[in-house]
Amino acid sequence: MIEHVNCGEMLHSLSDYIDGEAQEAICAMIESHMAECQDCRIMVDTLRKTVSLYREQESRLDLPQGVRTRLFYSLDLNEWLD
Amino acid sequence: MDREREFSLEALRSGNREAFAEMVDAYSPQLYRLALRMLGNPQEAEDVLQETFINAFRHLIDFEGRSQLSTWLYRIAANQALMRLRKSEPDLVSVDEPVQMDDGGSMPRQLKDWCCLPEADFMTSEAQAQLDNAIGELSSALRAAFVLRDLQGLSTRETSEILEISESAVKTRLLRARLELREKLSGYFAGYVEAIEHD
Repeated sequence: MIEHVNCGEMLHSLSDYIDGEAQEAICAMIESHMAECQDCRIMVDTLRKTVSLYREQESRLDLPQGVRTRLFYSLDLNEWLD
Repeated sequence: MDREREFSLEALRSGNREAFAEMVDAYSPQLYRLALRMLGNPQEAEDVLQETFINAFRHLIDFEGRSQLSTWLYRIAANQALMRLRKSEPDLVSVDEPVQMDDGGSMPRQLKDWCCLPEADFMTSEAQAQLDNAIGELSSALRAAFVLRDLQGLSTRETSEILEISESAVKTRLLRARLELREKLSGYFAGYVEAIEHD
């Protein structure tokens, strides 16, 4: 039997849930709650989207060549710059 | 993620410059991203990157290998970044208490669904600047947890070792950070959805 959770109780397990690390019983409770609570469903969807937007932005960040060059010079490692 | 590449501690401790150069090359991209996300300023991020490896070179002799080399380097870089942030940040209220529904900072208030926006709308320079502003407004404690866990992809355990806090505190800070970021982005993207709906 699935226990019912309210919006506040759901909040504590949200990170584990969106990371796929919540226990099966907790997932079932959250999903059951979201089926009836549109606000919580929107909250979970936008929370997931938030994390995914930052991860996408992160994947486009490279170490600029100039930063690498200056780093090697500052550490007196320019001999190994290629 | 190539964080667990093997380096000879013996070579590094004995001052082998070539081994040190290889270690710098292997870890500088992620340490630079960490510093840039923590500080939001490319010049300061570059300074932290240099300070991190200068400190690492000085203290390699004391590194006993009880934690992974990458965790040790992350700890040095995170501490350098946090020291800079704390100089300009007032004393914090506790961010390690469990998140409550009546918790002003983390409590969800914006409940408009904006996930349906076209992907191109998330990629505009204005939208990307919103992401930067939102993360820049997080307290240093929350930002560090978010950057290490969500952006660097480190585990809760690694993050707790780097920040020297409990795993439960990492989880609480991560949840608070995510909720605050969601709230801030919702303020922008929900308004965007409403503007489209009214057109």
